[in-house]
Amino acid sequence: MSLTQQDVARIAKLARIAVTEQEIDAIGQQLNDIFGLIEKMQAVNTDNVEPMAHPQDVALRLRADAVTEQDRRDAFMALAPQTEAGLFLVPKVIE
Amino acid sequence: MINASLKALAGQLAAGTVSSEELARAYLDRIETLNPLLNAFISLDRDKTLAEARAADARRAAGSAGPLTGVPLAHKDLFCQQGWKTSCGSRMLDNFVSPYDAHVVEQCKAAGMVTLGRTNMDEFAMGSSNENSWYGPVKNPWDVNAIPGGSSGGSAVAVAARLTPVATATDTGGSIRQPASHCGITGLKPTYGVVSRYGMVAFASSLDQGGVVAQTAEDCALMLNVMAGFDKRDSTSVERAAEDYARDLARPLAGLKVGLPREYFAEGLSPEVARVVEAAVAELKKQGATVVDVSLPNTALSIPSYYVIAPAEASSNLSRYDGVRYGHRAAEYADLVDMYEKTRAEGFGAEVKRRIMVGTYVLSHGYYDAYYIKAQKIRRLIANDFVEAFKSCDVILGPVAPTAAFDLGSMNNDPVEMYLSDIYTLSVNLAGLPGMSVPAGFAANGRPIGLQLIGNYFGEARLLNVAHQFQLATDWHTQQPAL
Repeated sequence: MSLTQQDVARIAKLARIAVTEQEIDAIGQQLNDIFGLIEKMQAVNTDNVEPMAHPQDVALRLRADAVTEQDRRDAFMALAPQTEAGLFLVPKVIE
Repeated sequence: MINASLKALAGQLAAGTVSSEELARAYLDRIETLNPLLNAFISLDRDKTLAEARAADARRAAGSAGPLTGVPLAHKDLFCQQGWKTSCGSRMLDNFVSPYDAHVVEQCKAAGMVTLGRTNMDEFAMGSSNENSWYGPVKNPWDVNAIPGGSSGGSAVAVAARLTPVATATDTGGSIRQPASHCGITGLKPTYGVVSRYGMVAFASSLDQGGVVAQTAEDCALMLNVMAGFDKRDSTSVERAAEDYARDLARPLAGLKVGLPREYFAEGLSPEVARVVEAAVAELKKQGATVVDVSLPNTALSIPSYYVIAPAEASSNLSRYDGVRYGHRAAEYADLVDMYEKTRAEGFGAEVKRRIMVGTYVLSHGYYDAYYIKAQKIRRLIANDFVEAFKSCDVILGPVAPTAAFDLGSMNNDPVEMYLSDIYTLSVNLAGLPGMSVPAGFAANGRPIGLQLIGNYFGEARLLNVAHQFQLATDWHTQQPAL
């Protein structure tokens, strides 16, 4: 496979990373090199092989539906770039 | 004092021949002198360190000291630590002062250990050379023109240069073992699930595992006793009874079966590294070990499988950096999407962006089965290879990296070339096994070379036993760079 400039722009858009016109060729070249490496997988027969997500194949645990955390709202909100009245501020989303 | 092991320092503190405050001051002074050259630390805070040291001395005076109370350590800058900047080597988190402690940090605090500072690393732990840090590259103390390895390069250099007796680290594809090898120190990556990931900044959650770098295997065992343990806040933490990882250190190696995977001694391995590994095998044989030929036929596939799974999980994990709740936000933007895109373009470095884009693509509509599921199937084949190999041996032995440390700047423009150098470490993460790097020799140019030991699941005590017995008979781990 070979990614085109349009493909790279689409991937960057999906990843929410701004890419300039100047960068796009170099990034495309590097991504194509990486996918060249990755494509080696496709030659392997993996019929009837169960995908492996966790080395121990453990089941996720359940916990009681109980309050376990303290209220530390002020400490956490102090880290945000912009807040007001206990809310995180972002540019207007809905007109 | 600066050259003493963790074990020796703990002994001196217990005997009262040195105080924790004296120790902390000695290390901080040495860091102040050498860090401008080595760039091993991102954050230092003398007042905080000395306050912790005085508290440890007070605890000892009160008669409630544990085995490691008052011993200094350094934390890799991806373990959240309350009140300390936790940058993960990224501009994105340059302004992030953690409001809570990682489980590993809690455990070290409970033991009474004293934080000297926070170590440099490849951004978000992505890299094998430590050149991907927003805070600049870390220098190898054996040769400042060489890379120290990555991503835990700062932790490895801090131990090698005797800026700390021990440091925490993490390993997703070799990030403990490879820098330990390149810096001539001992590193341990435990079985996946042994050390809690709670409070570790996430890279690839199904592969990330916390561990330690130190001078000796014995020190790694003492640290693992502190760091390991079930933690319900990490959904993949393994629920097992606590064990003493130092219990088997003294066990003789007579009868030990060492598996040599023939794929690790094939084309691509430098003759220098091969020579060092063969000498280590000879030493183990001298101690009564026998050698078994084993095969890990899918080794070469670990590279494509890893470079799908790790970027896919990174793409998902790093979507949280959006400039809204914490971290960097671009100064100027037109709307919400523009804010995300500029924030992430400014906050992430080139390698992180590349991996996010690879991950985004392989997870995108129509490609999930062809890439992520395919990679997970190959991951199963790789894990099965190890299960088969461990039927005929107790530990597996091989190189950590194909060569000794390469030159700074020599692979910057070729990510694929850099990825290929991870060939001997990736499969251990994919399988979730414990692995170590143990100093075993030097290249002709004076750069250290490590030996990799791979254990069966939860076989840390046996692995540490083999490494310790090797270190009793050799002195590679006591050699140190001229600084």
